[in-house]
Amino acid sequence: MIRVVNLHKSFGQLHVLRGVNFSVAPSEVVCVIGPSGSGKSTLLRCINQLESANSGHVYIDGEELTHPKTDINQIRQQVGMVFQLFNLFPHKTTLENITLAPIKIKGVDRSTAEKLAMELLGKVGLTDKAHVYPNKLSGGQKQRVAIARALAMQPKVMLFDEPTSALDPEMVGEVLAVMQDLALEGMTMVVVTHEMGFAREVGDRVVFMDEGVIMEEGSPEDIFNNPCNPRTQAFLSKVL
Amino acid sequence: MPSLELFSMGFLDSITSQYGFRVVTNNIGYFLGGAGYTIFITAVSVAIGMVLGLFAGLGKLTSNKLFYFLSTAYIDFFRGTPLFVQIFLLYFGILPFIYDNDPVSSAIIALGLNSGAYIGEIVRAGIQAVDVGQMEAARSLGMNQRQAMTYVILPQAFKIVIPPLINEFIALLKDSSLVSAISVAELMHRGDLVFANTYQATWVFGAIAVIYFIITKTISIIGDHVERRLATD
Repeated sequence: MIRVVNLHKSFGQLHVLRGVNFSVAPSEVVCVIGPSGSGKSTLLRCINQLESANSGHVYIDGEELTHPKTDINQIRQQVGMVFQLFNLFPHKTTLENITLAPIKIKGVDRSTAEKLAMELLGKVGLTDKAHVYPNKLSGGQKQRVAIARALAMQPKVMLFDEPTSALDPEMVGEVLAVMQDLALEGMTMVVVTHEMGFAREVGDRVVFMDEGVIMEEGSPEDIFNNPCNPRTQAFLSKVL
Repeated sequence: MPSLELFSMGFLDSITSQYGFRVVTNNIGYFLGGAGYTIFITAVSVAIGMVLGLFAGLGKLTSNKLFYFLSTAYIDFFRGTPLFVQIFLLYFGILPFIYDNDPVSSAIIALGLNSGAYIGEIVRAGIQAVDVGQMEAARSLGMNQRQAMTYVILPQAFKIVIPPLINEFIALLKDSSLVSAISVAELMHRGDLVFANTYQATWVFGAIAVIYFIITKTISIIGDHVERRLATD
């Protein structure tokens, strides 16, 4: 579903990704863990080309995103993204946040879009918040709306960039529960996270990144119980 | 020798002059007509300035080098030279070679071009004040640059720029008094004419100032109202 080949990315002098090779199978849930500054978020942002890589290739469903002739907007419609800071549109209600892209980009008619949006709001447990503005929502509610907004484009893949890192502790659970439901439905997901419990329980595979490369990857049991790489061991001993 | 008497008149005599009061009351309709002109010229200029300013502001943010250069040159010139000079340059020095120009249309072109430069900077600042995460969220949903600007960034920028825009409208309305120099029969020009005939400076220009103030105060009240209506919190 997703294939990343020898990806390099620098911000000025800072070499953030130093040759990342990585792939995700359909319906797989891959959790990316690692210390701050290890390049996890940059990898995620390179997958949907919010950052353009300096070299290397990214393929989604066989199409190369890094190819200059690729219509990136077309592909992004199939790749949902959830941000650490939600990035809901503050001038639109919850319902409008969710229906905006389907109506304006896909040309879905309003009533169909609203019907789908209400279904998605039901799924994330926020039907009663359809007509309120984002500033009336708690952090956990905002993030659930953000997930519904991404799902409204009916993507093949969902990317999560530290979706619970900006939340108060008591709201982390509600967001993770929605993500777990999504995983159970067979959504292909890449989740950059500091929630080791989630990675262990929901992840099909865990990827440990440090210093811009993938140091180790494997099943949650392997990574959490028998990490081979000393870097992984050192990181896990600090966070677990 | 009436002129001697005139110059010997003190300030107190001047403001208590019944003649001065009558000059104002006799000319009030004439002044209000001028105020109508002032509002008309300003409104049309602001409309032109908004369109120019939107393009100039976007131009300053684009990666298109030509568009960026044109916007920067335009803003630099009209912000960097006096409006009074611009009015004379356009009215006497440029527009006559383009069409058979009259004072009113020349005034509107000068004020529109000038306000467009200021509004351009306001638009640029407004767009930059919208969080970058908004653009990223819009793009991640598959919107292209233009769709993201239209549906996500500009509506939020619009809310941010209302106070500085109102400021610009008020400044432009006051600055429109400069076009009295090319004999547009707006408020200041009419005040000037009445003064020249009556020498009642305190009363005449006092009345003109009050009329300008009433108009600008009205604009700021409307601005506050719009701001409140657009607030979502």
